[in-house]
Amino acid sequence: MTAAMPNFLPVAPEIFVFSMACVILLVDLFLSDARRGVTYLLTQLTLIGAAVLTVKGMSAAAVMTFNGMFVGDALANVLKLAIYGVTFFGFAYSRDYLRERGMYRGEYFVLGLFGVVGMMVMASASHFLTLYLGLELLSLCVYAMVALQRDSGQSTEAAMKYFVLGAMASGLLLYGMSMLYGMTGSLEISAVRKAIEGLSADNVILVFGLVFVVVGIAFKLGAVPFHMWVPDVYHGAPTAVTVYLGTAPKLAAFALVMRLLVGGLEGLAVSWQSMLIILAILSMAAGNVIAIAQDNIKRMLAYSSISHMGFFLLGIVSVSQNGYSSALFYVVVYAVMSLGAFGMVILLSRAGFEAERLDDFKGLNQRSPWHAFLMLLVMISMAGVPPTFGFYAKLLVIQSVINAGMIWLAIVAVLLAVIGAFYYLRVIKLMYFDDADDKAPLGGPADVRVLMGINALALVLLIPWVGVLMEVCRAAIRALAVA
Amino acid sequence: MVPLSHYLILGAILFALSVVGIFLNRKNLVVLLMAIELMLLAVNMNFVAFAHFLGDLGGQVFVFFILTVAAAESAIGLAILVVVFRNRRSINVEDLDSLKG
Amino acid sequence: MLNNYVPILIFMAVALIMGVAMVVIGRVLGPHRPDTEKNSPYECGFEAFEDSRMKFDVRYYLVAILFIIFDLEIAFLFPWAVALSEVGMLGFVAMMLFLGILVVGFIYEWKKGALEWE
Repeated sequence: MTAAMPNFLPVAPEIFVFSMACVILLVDLFLSDARRGVTYLLTQLTLIGAAVLTVKGMSAAAVMTFNGMFVGDALANVLKLAIYGVTFFGFAYSRDYLRERGMYRGEYFVLGLFGVVGMMVMASASHFLTLYLGLELLSLCVYAMVALQRDSGQSTEAAMKYFVLGAMASGLLLYGMSMLYGMTGSLEISAVRKAIEGLSADNVILVFGLVFVVVGIAFKLGAVPFHMWVPDVYHGAPTAVTVYLGTAPKLAAFALVMRLLVGGLEGLAVSWQSMLIILAILSMAAGNVIAIAQDNIKRMLAYSSISHMGFFLLGIVSVSQNGYSSALFYVVVYAVMSLGAFGMVILLSRAGFEAERLDDFKGLNQRSPWHAFLMLLVMISMAGVPPTFGFYAKLLVIQSVINAGMIWLAIVAVLLAVIGAFYYLRVIKLMYFDDADDKAPLGGPADVRVLMGINALALVLLIPWVGVLMEVCRAAIRALAVA
Repeated sequence: MVPLSHYLILGAILFALSVVGIFLNRKNLVVLLMAIELMLLAVNMNFVAFAHFLGDLGGQVFVFFILTVAAAESAIGLAILVVVFRNRRSINVEDLDSLKG
Repeated sequence: MLNNYVPILIFMAVALIMGVAMVVIGRVLGPHRPDTEKNSPYECGFEAFEDSRMKFDVRYYLVAILFIIFDLEIAFLFPWAVALSEVGMLGFVAMMLFLGILVVGFIYEWKKGALEWE
């Protein structure tokens, strides 16, 4: 028996990005430091090329390939396009920051691209093996990126913490997967789903496996009480790496939740729903409250990311098509907002100076009204004030919870969102009503300023098309249900 | 014939030891890396046992991938360990405390 | 509903007891007769002339790290070699691609000077 040739069409973007990453790795070896721009250019072209390939390869029906290990469907395509987008912006923001700190080397971009391949594989995984390999490819790249600033005690310490907890999370996830495999007899997610329908919902080993899977996912998402690594890693990592790991991997984590919990284990929804409700409430509460006490903006944004993960889980706990699509919408909007916030932190930093403290935002309005306005948009969107995307995202997940009949949960979420608004507003107060300690005008190359503008203004100017974007999310989730 | 449950119990014991190793160990980062490896080995034990008793090769193939990924993981772990040591001249877990909110 | 999780609670408890018990039993049951002679370093008949915790050159770590990666990828080569007649041309090409990717990594580490001892 010889193996049949798999259909390579759905994997074309992955193969392209991967080959380009190898090429860039080799090209970069033979470039002098002065011509490092070539690496950057090739990296960005790779992302654009991947987007073109993904758009061209889109089809209405889901396509399976590699013996059911890999699926090309609408959900995967939407997530991949979003991943290319935020990574593209993130790389652009990081370029000057890296150059000023002697980290402007090919490794950052190559590791970033390999991480993108990992996220793409996760988005398209329809088998435990592909899901695991994608997750590890992403994680290993990010561990190395966090330690990129080799002579900084902070960043290497953050890398070590991230590594230990991340590796343990993978171990827990795998242990859960092994239990599920033992009970269902298959590693293919659709087969697992069918097998679970035939088993009773309180099968001890199934629930056992499920708990480990949920804990592993919670670690990767950074949901309370498995969030210890998030603030330390966000704070310790060079800001250029934080902007990478605070945005696109959240989209990949969404893929992990959708493929495993919804795609494979929806038959056990009664069990994981209650666990996720606890995780969501704790994350929203702890994230928002602890964020108030922070004076470091990177740590504050880390706690804000924890609370946003709580809100995003609200969409999942409603266990409905509507809920899943609002969660997808939420996570994409969050990635864009977080991109803008970290982009602004990078923009305020210069050679030898990290704009890490909240006080560095004092009087930003005097230094540059335009940038203060952009940061204002990002902050009110994160706080969920209308008329911004952040508001619609929160509205949709809360609506889905109400539709699922959990009104008390919706009330808790709204109250915690109000508490959360406080620390975002504090940043705005610092920018507009306090005097600047440091009057240096803002630098930054023209292309970054333009991209930053697009990034922040998109949160408001695209509002008339919110219905269209929501429809895209719905279509993506519908495709998953059919497959 | 050794029944499946024996293998699962062995896997669970190895897994429990590794989790305890991660949380109780306060001295040495290398031991931490070893505990993580042990955790993956416990998972491998489960997969091989299930694959054997289910008569399905999938689990054994999965083990191959876990083994190689674990090797890559420990390589990165050791590399990070070396840079941590260069910066701090210590691999004591308790010394990793400069990042606090 | 919640009693579904009782086995997990038991598992956690057993795990904790196991781990703690091993440490405690060793401490309690093990004979404790400290002796200066016992604690002194032992080196085949003559006085130790160097601390047994000698410093490793950090370069050994680098070699070890590089070795472990290339070593374990061999795990894929054995089953492939055994089943080569069954996997056919596609299997052959797939493995060549895999080895090609390894070569890319090898070129990288060579050019970066990781293989130079001095």
